[in-house]
Amino acid sequence: MITLSDYLVLSTILFMIGLFGVVRRKNLLMLFFATEIMLNAVNIGLAAISNYYGDLTGQMFAFFIIAIAASEVAVGLGLLILWFKRKGTIDLDSLQSMKG
Amino acid sequence: MFEAVAFYLFSFLTIAMFSITVMSKNALYSLSSLAAGMIFISAFFFLLNADFLGVVQIIVYTGAVMALYAFGMMFVDTTTDVVEKIANPKLAFVLSALSAILVIIIVISPIVADNIQALYPVSANLGNAQDVGLVLFTKYLVPFEVAAVMLLVAMIGGIILAGKKMDEIHNNSELDDEFNLKV
Repeated sequence: MITLSDYLVLSTILFMIGLFGVVRRKNLLMLFFATEIMLNAVNIGLAAISNYYGDLTGQMFAFFIIAIAASEVAVGLGLLILWFKRKGTIDLDSLQSMKG
Repeated sequence: MFEAVAFYLFSFLTIAMFSITVMSKNALYSLSSLAAGMIFISAFFFLLNADFLGVVQIIVYTGAVMALYAFGMMFVDTTTDVVEKIANPKLAFVLSALSAILVIIIVISPIVADNIQALYPVSANLGNAQDVGLVLFTKYLVPFEVAAVMLLVAMIGGIILAGKKMDEIHNNSELDDEFNLKV
């Protein structure tokens, strides 16, 4: 029997993978991928709670998170392409131009 | 029984795919495994009786988002590996602290939420898509419209950001000079 805690633990594991990716990777494209993973992990948690408590609110939030993820990708990729045209690299360290 | 087998199979597959996404040096492998992981995640939504969410997951992520990433990767030179120098001794500390906090929250949250009341209960005699539609177009109508406007803004923003000077040959130094003059 699969309980709510199992789904929540799975959601945490996936979130940790995404967090690891965000902290560890220096490639801007990988950063976007890791963000997608984190958003999806949260969606699993919301859907699980929605199912086990018989409440539709979790699914509604998951829908809005999907919409936000889609717009994040559109704007983020636009900025990424613009940055690549300017600097010719997608290294995260190239953003650090002020050397503070 | 069936649920348990499906849950463990798909959790193993999802974790494996997302690990490849995060660890892989090649951006193309990352993209492919991310797409596979997104499809495997939709299996959890079907298991959790959120059929409509599962279908939306497949259509939006593997249909729209992955296509967008594929197009984005065509503009960016992904064949050359980005040399990643990682030098951060505090990283392990931060990651383990954050994971500890997350696990504590997850263990505690079902106990705290014991007396939770269903705000919009799942109705017994309606399908999931019908149920979602009823709640989405009554209780969540304003957020739905705001989300629509947000998607429109994102689309226009993406077109303007990426579409400017699309036919120009990539020239580093010239653009850099222009950028510096402006700033």
